[in-house]
Amino acid sequence: MSRDTALVSADWAEKNLETPGVVFVEVDEDTTAYDGGHIPGAIKIDWKSDLQDPVRRDFVNQEQFSKLLSDRGISNDDTVILYGGNNNWFAAYAFWYFKLYGHGDVKLLDGGRKKWELDARPYSKDIPTRATTSYEASAPDLSIRAFRDEVVAAIGEKNLVDVRSPDEFAGRLLAPAHLPQEQSQRGGHIPTAISVPWSKAANEDGTFKSDADLTKIYGDAGLDGSKDTIAYCRIGERSSHTWFVLKELLGQENVKNYDGSWTEYGSLIGVPIALGDEPGKA
Amino acid sequence: MTSPSNIADGCAAPDQSAPIPASVDLQKETVITGTVTSAEGEAVAGAYVRLLDSTGEFTAEVVTSPQGVFRFFAAPGTWTLRALSRSGNGELAVDATRGVNEVGLSVAAA
Repeated sequence: MSRDTALVSADWAEKNLETPGVVFVEVDEDTTAYDGGHIPGAIKIDWKSDLQDPVRRDFVNQEQFSKLLSDRGISNDDTVILYGGNNNWFAAYAFWYFKLYGHGDVKLLDGGRKKWELDARPYSKDIPTRATTSYEASAPDLSIRAFRDEVVAAIGEKNLVDVRSPDEFAGRLLAPAHLPQEQSQRGGHIPTAISVPWSKAANEDGTFKSDADLTKIYGDAGLDGSKDTIAYCRIGERSSHTWFVLKELLGQENVKNYDGSWTEYGSLIGVPIALGDEPGKA
Repeated sequence: MTSPSNIADGCAAPDQSAPIPASVDLQKETVITGTVTSAEGEAVAGAYVRLLDSTGEFTAEVVTSPQGVFRFFAAPGTWTLRALSRSGNGELAVDATRGVNEVGLSVAAA
């Protein structure tokens, strides 16, 4: 768990586009980006239609994940390189799934689509075909996934890291500012959560900041290295980005992503909510 | 009327060139929208535009449409728009009020 095992650069990626056993996977919510041009040889995974259960509010289970990867032609021993738009939010979310279901070798492409495009690297519109495989996902590793009761119990006890924008943290906005603000749930944050927007971990071109910078950012924000950590955002994808930083780049142990995040917590009856820019009291 | 329909949606940016959906209440929303143009005055497609709050903190980012258009749903107040593109970068301060705030954002090579 370090930069070397969890991340590849755009340079490395461009040199390994045809390396056997390396599969590039673009993960986005809006897959029209992929259709308009993608890294040559990359296949796509749709954040919603492929990774969410179509009925229950949950993501795909072990069996569904096995089928998805088998259908897409990914083997258990492939090196999977994930990338996407939105500063790799959804790629980081998929990375968390691959880890949750026990994939051996999975990495993020540093900077995702943005860095690739700003560097003027090549895109292709060709859709690759891959022979189906018999992928076998492991049972979910729940040591990296937090559920709501655990989050409520963590108030004042564990590190809670709210990675949304400061205005969402304070309750002034209910969603990221590129989305309409109408929502049914309450605004605010989980009491005692520290505010460290995911964006603090990234450079403007979407690449991750250096380990030294990252360590300083979370230390200055009050993350207590002796405690377990739960990261959350609105729907769990921006917090996957921060989970990736804390767990995979900085190698902290016991870091969980709360994928229910604010859309679940802010709709629960009876739980405490803090408003304003301060963490608030337990 | 509040609609729960977008709760399960992700945070990816909607199509920037599409008209504002009819369900969006412009009496309540503060929309910041505009076009990114190059030094030559041409619309820049595929530019990365980010919205920074009054402290300079990142709030959101979208990619411009083929016509160079971007759009944010913010709140009244002072914001900064910042664009990165292969045609160069640019920045603009915006004092937004409720309703539609239309701005132009030009980029130039450093």
